[in-house]
Amino acid sequence: MIYEAGKYDVIVIGAGHAGCEAALAAARMGVQTLLITLNIDTIALMPCNPSIGGPAKAQLVREIDALGGEMGIMIDKANIQIRMINTAKGPAVQALRAQIDKKEYQKEMTKTLLDQENLDLLMGEAVAVETDDRGVSAIITRTGARFECGAVVITSGTYLQGRIIIGDVVYDGGPGNQYPATELSQSLKKLGLSMGRFKTGTPPRIDRKSVDFSKMIEQPGDEEPYCFSFMSDPPDREQLSCWLTHSTTETHAIVRANLDRAPMFTGVIQGKGPRYCPSFEDKVVHFANRDAHQLFIEPEGRDTDEMYIQGLNTSLPEDVQVQVLYSIPGLENVKMIRTGYAIEYDYVVPSQLKPSLECMKVEGLFTAGQINGTSGYEEAAAQGLIAGINAALKVKGQPPFTLLRSESYIGVLIDDLITKELHEPYRLLTSRAEYRLLLRQDNADLRLTEKGREIGLVSDERWNRFLAKKSKIEALRNTLQQLTVTPADDTISKFLRARKSAPIRDRISLWELLRRPEVKIENFVELDYIDQYEKEILDQVEIQAKYEGYINKQREQVQRFEKLENKPIPEDINYQDVYGLSSEAKQNLQEIRPVSIGQASRIGGVSPADISVLLIYLEKKRRNYEHEYGN
Amino acid sequence: MYRLRAKERVVKAMYRDDIVALSTPPGESGVGIVRMSGPDVIQKAAQIFQPYNPETDITKKAGYTLTLGWILDAHGEAVDEVLLTVMRAPRSYTGEDVVEINCHGGLLPIERCLQRCMDAGARIAEPGEFTRRAFLNGRLSLDQAEAVIDIIRARSDRGLKLAMQQLQGKLSEYLEKLEERLIYANALVEASIDFPDEVGDPDYEELRQVLQESQESVERFLAAGERGELYRQGIKLAICGKPNVGKSSLLNLLIGKDKAIVTDIPGTTRDVIDEIITIRGIPVQIMDTAGIRETEDLVEKIGVRRSRETIEQADVVIFLLDVSTGITEEDREIYASIDQERLIVLVNKEDLEDKEISAQELEENFGLLRVIRGSVKEETGLDELEQCIEAMVLEKSGSDEGMEIMTTLRQKEALLRSRDFIVSALQSLEQVPLECLSVDIHGAVEALGEITGKSFHEEVLDRIFQEFCIGK
Repeated sequence: MIYEAGKYDVIVIGAGHAGCEAALAAARMGVQTLLITLNIDTIALMPCNPSIGGPAKAQLVREIDALGGEMGIMIDKANIQIRMINTAKGPAVQALRAQIDKKEYQKEMTKTLLDQENLDLLMGEAVAVETDDRGVSAIITRTGARFECGAVVITSGTYLQGRIIIGDVVYDGGPGNQYPATELSQSLKKLGLSMGRFKTGTPPRIDRKSVDFSKMIEQPGDEEPYCFSFMSDPPDREQLSCWLTHSTTETHAIVRANLDRAPMFTGVIQGKGPRYCPSFEDKVVHFANRDAHQLFIEPEGRDTDEMYIQGLNTSLPEDVQVQVLYSIPGLENVKMIRTGYAIEYDYVVPSQLKPSLECMKVEGLFTAGQINGTSGYEEAAAQGLIAGINAALKVKGQPPFTLLRSESYIGVLIDDLITKELHEPYRLLTSRAEYRLLLRQDNADLRLTEKGREIGLVSDERWNRFLAKKSKIEALRNTLQQLTVTPADDTISKFLRARKSAPIRDRISLWELLRRPEVKIENFVELDYIDQYEKEILDQVEIQAKYEGYINKQREQVQRFEKLENKPIPEDINYQDVYGLSSEAKQNLQEIRPVSIGQASRIGGVSPADISVLLIYLEKKRRNYEHEYGN
Repeated sequence: MYRLRAKERVVKAMYRDDIVALSTPPGESGVGIVRMSGPDVIQKAAQIFQPYNPETDITKKAGYTLTLGWILDAHGEAVDEVLLTVMRAPRSYTGEDVVEINCHGGLLPIERCLQRCMDAGARIAEPGEFTRRAFLNGRLSLDQAEAVIDIIRARSDRGLKLAMQQLQGKLSEYLEKLEERLIYANALVEASIDFPDEVGDPDYEELRQVLQESQESVERFLAAGERGELYRQGIKLAICGKPNVGKSSLLNLLIGKDKAIVTDIPGTTRDVIDEIITIRGIPVQIMDTAGIRETEDLVEKIGVRRSRETIEQADVVIFLLDVSTGITEEDREIYASIDQERLIVLVNKEDLEDKEISAQELEENFGLLRVIRGSVKEETGLDELEQCIEAMVLEKSGSDEGMEIMTTLRQKEALLRSRDFIVSALQSLEQVPLECLSVDIHGAVEALGEITGKSFHEEVLDRIFQEFCIGK
């Protein structure tokens, strides 16, 4: 029996990384929010690797944080190791990566959710989304509760029609043997959404006490304690190490001997898996010439002996998995705690979404995270934040909040999802961003915190911190640009000689001098030219000075890019009416319904000639309009 | 409700760049109009244009005014004498500032003039772009819009077809090789950035080698393109020799033989008439024919200065000798004044029985030059002459490797940009962080993509996954 259970502005279905951000954002923006999850005990579960960050993903987390999201703060509370990687490859691609205490992370996030004003938590399974002529109107749970609402955000992860595969053992299930969501998928199909099926996988977990670390290489964290959030201060806490080992020719022989039992190759697995995260059996087959593959042994938490084997995700039969483990140096006597598995799940084809992550077909229905065909905790959280913000704006009757490719990785992520055809679970990479040099993790707050403040997600505390930082950066920049030195200046001449740097010939500003690779901003502090600032201020200004040439080049590109992005295409355009479009362009435009000429130009099958045709059509409409209604 | 902000010409703001194109069909006539449109074209024109009257400043000229002067090359030398028209927004075809340059000097100067506009920063217009701008800026009426679309579709589809045909030829393997190399270089860098644990630092030696191969490949392309350009743009031929040696007869013979494709274009501001013929498929512009046509003693009087100029501009010079007079002091003087690399010696009047020039004599005077014996009157030696011209031209433009492509200016521009990126990447290898290096390598890949019409973004990713064992 269905009963009327209450009324909310926004309902979020699923309390994974996307759902938590969505629910917190909506509630913080002042709308009544309900977060429904299959299991209150698995809020913010990390069912795969125990780490967050890395190239592109760290930038995402910093952007989420800059906008007033939660993930960065959670990482800073729950990490057991933190490292800055790619440091030699340039400021824009260097990235933080943290090992996380999974239980701690869940505990902190659950507490944050429970403490949040305007937010209610409920354990249950959403089985249907109801609509009326205005769009989404209510959701119904398996136990018969009917909640009326103005907007729904579905963040169901890999739970939709989830199916676990281990060798020839196949059963319905969500990640980590959770309960799957078996009915919601059907309800979404009824609403007219087209769905696809993807596959992903996870490695076996092992018991620390049974590992011989003497055969492995230790990977400690960085001495320098970094933070993910612009709000956190560096913590003083012991870091745990990860360990590096590798597979052997024996391992590969075991895998090859059992390929006839590997679901990846026997046709049991139908869903398409990600190329950047292949199963171990895939690696053995496709890189047959390699004698060894790296494997990282990572702690799952501070208070547990369970460890994760990065690089060994597999759906081989359980007995083969055990043999594989024994063949790895250091794991000869290992005890397996959890078996690796593959999981297949339904996803919503994301080209059906608007940049706000609202479904084009169903007003008020938003989707975010793995349901949109992405992978990764960070990608999920970023989408969750944007979907939550837009669900709140929707019920408030305000225009949607979107970000451009030129201002954020979040913009790149969402634009790729809604514009390009998806062939595998989507992972964000720095090489997907055209303006990588501008989208650095160090300047995420400078790029986005003002926007976060406008939509009401940035607290006074964060705002004041941001303003103080910004004014210090300005001050230091000005100082460096105004302070000049001359060849007659002994201090500088001596310094340059000591650094084997060419002597200066004319008066030159410290800003210009800083462009020399061998000159560091700290040197100016040491030489007493400038005051001591916090490291993040010094780093920020140094990057701005050293890479000014490249940065300016990209800024110019961005200006050209944004001209087309800011040229809107009306929502009600009928591409069948546009004379002169190629038929392929017509079909793809009709399906993806780009919001701007810029987005249209990135759609497959749309040529520059089609864009010209479209521009002419829009101008024609505009003139007709002017003619009819005057100026 | 659909509405771009009324009164504001939103579309206009989009066109901040200046475009240029030849607005008369190329290849068929010796006159042509090079047209530039955009906010900054008058300034750009001023950079490359020298008015006759040094006090004239075209940036101050009113709309629809003509100025006579020269287009200058990068060294300040005249490329062509032109009539330049300034039109000011919004009273022009496109509704923007427009400069039209009327060239008179034949195919080569037109192309060079176009090139100079590009040097000044204008980019080659897309198919139908002038018309599109005209429409978007309100210069064409609504009912003309469909016609505009037809133009855009027709031209770009034809362009695409041509490009496809070109890519299907022998050429495609060269292009594929280049693509492959550049994408690989790009993948090496990107894989290292996005998958530091699995891939580690790139092998710089390998990267250097791949980039060098790419550079060589682009250079080969450019060279091949130049050969192709030769067939499109042609060469300049001059005929010289002492009076009465048979210059006009040779000219008439060359023209007469090829009458069907001769075009006579009387220059409007000069007294020269150029003849364009084809020799073995190569368009040949015979220079200063007006001079030759004048009475021969007049030529002598008009003098050395003018024929010098003509000869200096020519790609091939035919030097006529007269068997009947033997090699005279005058012959030796003319010979001394010509750059030998471009010279073909034609010993005329071999039909006369009293031959007075021996092989030994020729060798003593002209070394190992190309020497052809024949008779203009009897029309002998002509095949040999044509063969010789063809050989010289092909030799000059590099050896033929079976690569014959017609690169358009736009393709050439893209190739040059790609090469510049590669050169810059090679220079900064190991000097700058990987992500800065990637700006150059990716730039090279993207520039190439403008030729093939492909977007390489996804291909780089494909390559990463294919090449490196990614995934933890």
